[in-house]
Amino acid sequence: MSPRYEVPGGDLSLAGRASAEVKRAPGRLGVDPAAIKRMAVATHEAEINMAIHAGGGHAEAEIVPGKIVVTLRDEGPGIADLELEMQEGYSTAPEHIRELGFGAGMGLANMKRNADELTIDSTPGAGTTIMIMIRLDTGRT
Amino acid sequence: MNVRDIVSTLEGTLLTGEELLDLDIKAACGADLMSDVMAFVNDGVVLLTGLVNPQSIRTADLMDIRVIVFVRGKVPPKDMVAEAQANGMAVIATRYSMFLACGRLYAAGIRSGGTRDIR
Ligand SMILES: Nc1ncnc2c1ncn2[C@@H]1O[C@H](COP(=O)(O)OP(=O)(O)O)[C@@H](O)[C@H]1O
Ligand SMILES: [Mg+2]
Repeated sequence: MSPRYEVPGGDLSLAGRASAEVKRAPGRLGVDPAAIKRMAVATHEAEINMAIHAGGGHAEAEIVPGKIVVTLRDEGPGIADLELEMQEGYSTAPEHIRELGFGAGMGLANMKRNADELTIDSTPGAGTTIMIMIRLDTGRT
Repeated sequence: MNVRDIVSTLEGTLLTGEELLDLDIKAACGADLMSDVMAFVNDGVVLLTGLVNPQSIRTADLMDIRVIVFVRGKVPPKDMVAEAQANGMAVIATRYSMFLACGRLYAAGIRSGGTRDIR
């Protein structure tokens, strides 16, 4: 099972669909709710980033034995200096996004905190691919 | 403190969530910054916010927050209340400011900030 969600650019009112689906996915039955929540939070942050910073993209969720993997791809400007962008508080979000309660520069750090594995593959000018992996057998909450 | 007590302490109006009136709430978090809510908040809190926007409902849903209070006399539009209702959440509106609403809940017995440890 590998559902695919489009994440439109700019329009934050539509971001968050993939994460809401992750939370409600039928495959989640019998899966530790804390693990599902960590995935939903990390996915939500990534979706908002795609909508704000990359003009949209798409997300794919996969629930396989032992883990959940969400992959998000966009063709936005890419991330040039990952170490800098990962720092809490660093943000290039415009004012109108801050007025919506986002753009505090906490997103990438929050994704890292929630994910068991986070890979960010980015080429400046070509786009970003983010892979979030949550293990289902660790008992971490 | 249950949701009924929160409504009366804040002299608020319950816009949806009758079925949650007896739900026990032990912690509260006041925030307009949804980024912070996503990064710091624990389950089971009441969220007080001045941000009237569908993202406040969605962020609350994401974080398993069942009760949301809009402060400073802000009343969310019908479609936002409907979204909250569909998510099984309670929505309260109060005319108190963020500071006074938080203060009143604290004085009435909610003493936990509802966030993970912040170093
Ligand atoms: N998908 C993306 N494409 C391009 N840049 C991104 C993307 N995601 C994040 N960034 C960059 O990384 C910065 C930090 O991201 P984040 O920690 O989520 O903070 P915020 O979204 O609040 O700005 C952003 O301000 C942006 O410059
Ligand atoms: Mg972000």
